[in-house]
Amino acid sequence: MSARTLFDKVWDLHTVGILPSGQTQLFIGLHLIHEVTSPQAFAMLRERGLKVLYPDRTVATVDHIVPTENQSRPFADVLAEEMMQALENNCKEYGVRFYNIGSGSQGIVHVIAPELGLTQPGMTIACGDSHTSTHGAFGAIAFGIGTSQVRDVLASQTLALSKLKVRKIEVNGKLPPGVYAKDVILHIIRTLGVKGGVGYAYEFAGTTFEQMSMEERMTVCNMSIEGGARCGYVNPDEVTYEYLKGRDFAPKDAEWDKAVSWWNSLRSDEDAVYDDVVTFDAAEIAPTVTWGITPGQGIAVNEVVPVADTLPESEKAIAQEAYRYMDFTPGTPIQGTKVNVCFIGSCTNGRISDLREAAKFAKGKHVAQGVKAFVVPGSERVKKEAEAEGLDKIFLEAGFEWREPGCSMCLAMNPDKLQGTQLSASSSNRNFKGRQGSSTGRTLLMSPAMVVAAAIKGEVSDVRELMLQESVS
Amino acid sequence: MSSEVKVIEGRGIPLVGNDIDTDRIIPARFLRCVTFDGLGEQAFADDRVQAKGEHPFDQPQYQGANILVVNGNFGCGSSREHAPQALAKWGIQAVVGESFAEIFFGNCVAIGIPGVTAEPTTVKQLQTILQENPQASITVDLDAMQVHCGDFQASVSMGEGSRQMLTTGTWDTCVQLLAQIDPIRATVAKLPYVDWDSRVVATSL
Ligand code: SF4
Repeated sequence: MSARTLFDKVWDLHTVGILPSGQTQLFIGLHLIHEVTSPQAFAMLRERGLKVLYPDRTVATVDHIVPTENQSRPFADVLAEEMMQALENNCKEYGVRFYNIGSGSQGIVHVIAPELGLTQPGMTIACGDSHTSTHGAFGAIAFGIGTSQVRDVLASQTLALSKLKVRKIEVNGKLPPGVYAKDVILHIIRTLGVKGGVGYAYEFAGTTFEQMSMEERMTVCNMSIEGGARCGYVNPDEVTYEYLKGRDFAPKDAEWDKAVSWWNSLRSDEDAVYDDVVTFDAAEIAPTVTWGITPGQGIAVNEVVPVADTLPESEKAIAQEAYRYMDFTPGTPIQGTKVNVCFIGSCTNGRISDLREAAKFAKGKHVAQGVKAFVVPGSERVKKEAEAEGLDKIFLEAGFEWREPGCSMCLAMNPDKLQGTQLSASSSNRNFKGRQGSSTGRTLLMSPAMVVAAAIKGEVSDVRELMLQESVS
Repeated sequence: MSSEVKVIEGRGIPLVGNDIDTDRIIPARFLRCVTFDGLGEQAFADDRVQAKGEHPFDQPQYQGANILVVNGNFGCGSSREHAPQALAKWGIQAVVGESFAEIFFGNCVAIGIPGVTAEPTTVKQLQTILQENPQASITVDLDAMQVHCGDFQASVSMGEGSRQMLTTGTWDTCVQLLAQIDPIRATVAKLPYVDWDSRVVATSL
């Protein structure tokens, strides 16, 4: 057989057949559900008198709507309470495992599945949420689906899909100090554009990704969707296995060894052929901040808001719209922009390593006056681990709020929202208009370390300067 | 089986701008619901407030339109089917655009709404016609893969698989997928991880 990518191998293995439309019927190894995109799918099942074909291959949690302050039931928000009850009832009725609040394992769906060892190399994973691409960090083919597709997976454990092309994105070298996985993916999206990945799966390869921890790889794969790619993945290696070993759902004993050799066989072949290859040099990546209303409108923190004339034709109109919406003047530095709210959390950067890194910078400092800063751990496990390490104290002493796990102000479906035209420095993944709960609210995406830097100075700041001060003092 | 979607005719509504994301089509706060009913009124809610009555979805001349004409990367962002559902509940039956985000496009087809792409010049032309003459009749023909608007006509594109699903009335995939129970079981049988993790799943339930 000719050389193949991991994508090809996993796709072929899960192919049930070819449908009359020419699409592939693909088996889904792991289906994750949450309260926002599943109730209508269950309603469709009911309407058609269908059952869930493989209930043990679907796992549920609640994340988008959960309040991060007062979690007592019923929720103050009646709509949120209604969604919560719908999920509880659906899981009960159809026999779906559900990690509810207080279970010790609840959290953002893309944080808990890896944590539990549910996410494994070689699987196909689907969830009614576009950031399902996160799970590709393990060498899985993982993508977001719509509610009708959630219905299809519940009913048949399969989906009708067209095969994607594969683009290899190679980044080589060591990241400079102050530059994180978040900066890498923001840099890639800035370069390839928000529609650059349409029709593609992204394979992240090269020494930079090889050196990354699993959590860093998840940050990168998470935002594949912001680059237009439906999924992104990293070939599994020792780092992957090290992370997985011993987790709740990871194979044990003799099966572990069998699993590892199977996983190794799935890696893209050396001479695999790609539809496209793009290469980056890690040394050229700087701490990156978005200035506009799409994740592709990013610049290095020491650059100026770009002038429309210098942009490609296709970018000009959206740049004009961004100047207006963000109230930024082209040609002015982004550094020094006053911030009102600082948010650390989300499925992009709400994991333990993110909180550790953020705490490093927050330690012994204080949030600037007038700035609201808060930390929302990605899951109950992350929260517990952080508290065991005393990170909560560091944040609290520095003037950050310490919250209960959930999606929170990543999309503001719960009470955490921007007010009016407030400007937020956020470790999340989307800076769309209105994304953080105010229809005129403004979002600047950046790494958790950069969010802390912004919180302390009260304005967009270069985390490298903070590092410099540290080493001097 | 679902109904055949071949020719959609009616009136058009132009919505100018690239990268119109799903958060704009239906802001997240309206996703606090357990059915899709009622989403139509919330379509573009925030954009409409800001446009103070000047948003096409509010302008009287476009009320009752059923074919939406958009620019590039329409529907980018989240996987929420609430986005096409909101458009559908408002009355949209087809979308013509320069390009669509993938998940959004798939979600449209899954509910029987064709998203056809056209050259930027074609889209521009259609938008101009609809701005100048909101009452112009417009037709999206999935058999001929053409769009007609007033005297103007141009070719449009769509992935052949999706096109066929719509024209043959097989866009509701659930039935087709469920017809393959035996091949599904055969596929499961050759997946190594099903062995080991179903055991874990079974014991920890
Ligand atoms: S954290 Fe944000 S992006 Fe991630 S699943 Fe929640 S809402 Fe979606």
